[in-house]
Amino acid sequence: MKTNSIVFGIFAIALPVVAYLLPALGLNEYYLYVSYIVLQYVVLATAWNVLGGYAGYVNFGTGAFFGVGAYAALFLMLAFQAPLTVQIAGAAITGALLGVGVGLLTLRLKGIFFSIATIAVAIVIETFILNWRFVGGAAGMQVIRPPVPLGFETYTRLLLVVMMILAVISLAVARYIQNSWLGRGLQALRDAEVAAECSGVPTLRLKLIACALSGGLMAMAGSTLPLYSSFIEPHSAFSLNYSVMALSMAVIGGMSRWWGPAIGAIVIAASQQFAVSASPEKHLLIVGLSLIIFVVVAPSGLVGSIQWLRKWLSPAASTGRQSERLGKP
Amino acid sequence: MTAFLHVRDVTKTFFGFTALSNVSLNVTSGERLGLIGPNGSGKTTLINCISGVLQFDTGEIEFEGSAISKMPPYQRAKRGVARTFQIPKPFHSMSVAENLMVPLEYIVHGLIDVSNEDSVYKEASEILARVRLDDRRHAHPGDLSQVELRKLELARAIAARPKLLICDEAMAGLAMKEVNEILDILLELNGAGITIIMIEHIMQAVMRFSQRIVCLSAGQIICDDLPEKVMANAEVRRAYLGS
Repeated sequence: MKTNSIVFGIFAIALPVVAYLLPALGLNEYYLYVSYIVLQYVVLATAWNVLGGYAGYVNFGTGAFFGVGAYAALFLMLAFQAPLTVQIAGAAITGALLGVGVGLLTLRLKGIFFSIATIAVAIVIETFILNWRFVGGAAGMQVIRPPVPLGFETYTRLLLVVMMILAVISLAVARYIQNSWLGRGLQALRDAEVAAECSGVPTLRLKLIACALSGGLMAMAGSTLPLYSSFIEPHSAFSLNYSVMALSMAVIGGMSRWWGPAIGAIVIAASQQFAVSASPEKHLLIVGLSLIIFVVVAPSGLVGSIQWLRKWLSPAASTGRQSERLGKP
Repeated sequence: MTAFLHVRDVTKTFFGFTALSNVSLNVTSGERLGLIGPNGSGKTTLINCISGVLQFDTGEIEFEGSAISKMPPYQRAKRGVARTFQIPKPFHSMSVAENLMVPLEYIVHGLIDVSNEDSVYKEASEILARVRLDDRRHAHPGDLSQVELRKLELARAIAARPKLLICDEAMAGLAMKEVNEILDILLELNGAGITIIMIEHIMQAVMRFSQRIVCLSAGQIICDDLPEKVMANAEVRRAYLGS
């Protein structure tokens, strides 16, 4: 486990550096744009999995948290000319607080009722932003970007590095949860909530922590949107697409491991970007079909398939989480 | 022997239906209490109120001298109230041993990390040995037989180091040999100082196990006495045994 942490740490430092050096390879700016979108979905899918995968509460409000993050950043920019780091932190805090608030209101609902409530929350928040003139209301707002800081040539390049850092942060959070008391408690309450509570797990508190972390990370993913697209309007910022995509990526990637949703995000978001020029409708059809296929045939997603493959290649390899951590068969 | 569980005038209604009506019950430390009654008489509702799974309307429950009525289940579990479920509720995505790690982490040790992981795992194996399930510690609940699932329920409850263990039909659907196996385990646990309340329909098991029997009928305690006297009680026979 310790060596794993060191490997993770090396990657955590190396990946943003790679993102910084990527333009030097002479890549077309379009590929940087694609990478940014893919990483944005890595954050969203990983964040979704904290509540949806670990705790088993299917959230359809990803778009709401993403949009709130974007508008929190915009607000800080307009009202205080806040720098990007402050915008990101502010968005994350707003998202986390919203997560706790929404959690308190909705977590007593279970299953499909919880999911429906999260859609309702998304609509309420979008309506609020639609009527808030200061941030542009329904018409949206053109964002006047300050000069690119820190010697980056374009905002795309800067924000690619930023989004890579955010992706690493969200993966680190998900990885920590999975391997800690929090992950064990969430897994227990997902399997049997009453039994978990009777085994000493403070289920409501754990679910609120999951909501806060998940919401904070989702809002973080949205915080760079105003600077990135230089135009923001509620309908696209709060799009239900974010919710559907984050969910699909986590399911297809696999919800039982911290890296599953990231794999799903990379596969789906990358293929989507390359399919956009050909036929976005067909891509949506493919995503929908693969979602159904995975749910029916491989409910543990690509993670499960990879583990199955590993096991098939070397039958002695361990599978269980506990046995992995303890080095026991 | 000091009285340590007081249930005082507990009433619980579900949308107008009275499931428990002014139920009062005292349990002393170290006791083995059998709780019987026909289906729908409120046995499970009563232990749901004691373990905190259900909030009741009026009344008071005290455990070891302090009121626990307003506490959420996890706090009661930490104070020493453990229970099993009539329909086993294992954590199905975890192995048998991992199931025990949940109460071991959240109640007993506070935190499991690299420093104590191996010793806690060993502790889980020892608890599994007490219920004769240690050979299945790597199995997943989906692969367990009915009796093994019941044992897992028990083991997970014991892992919380309870002072009071409430078993909700831990033997339902088991063959007589398996019933006796579970009974032996329960008697052993009681011998180690754990107070046990057992809900059971299998009369042989109840009679062998209990020092005292409480019979519920339509949400009221109709008899609370020594096993032989409860069996001889005309009202109990009419309500429960139908003769």
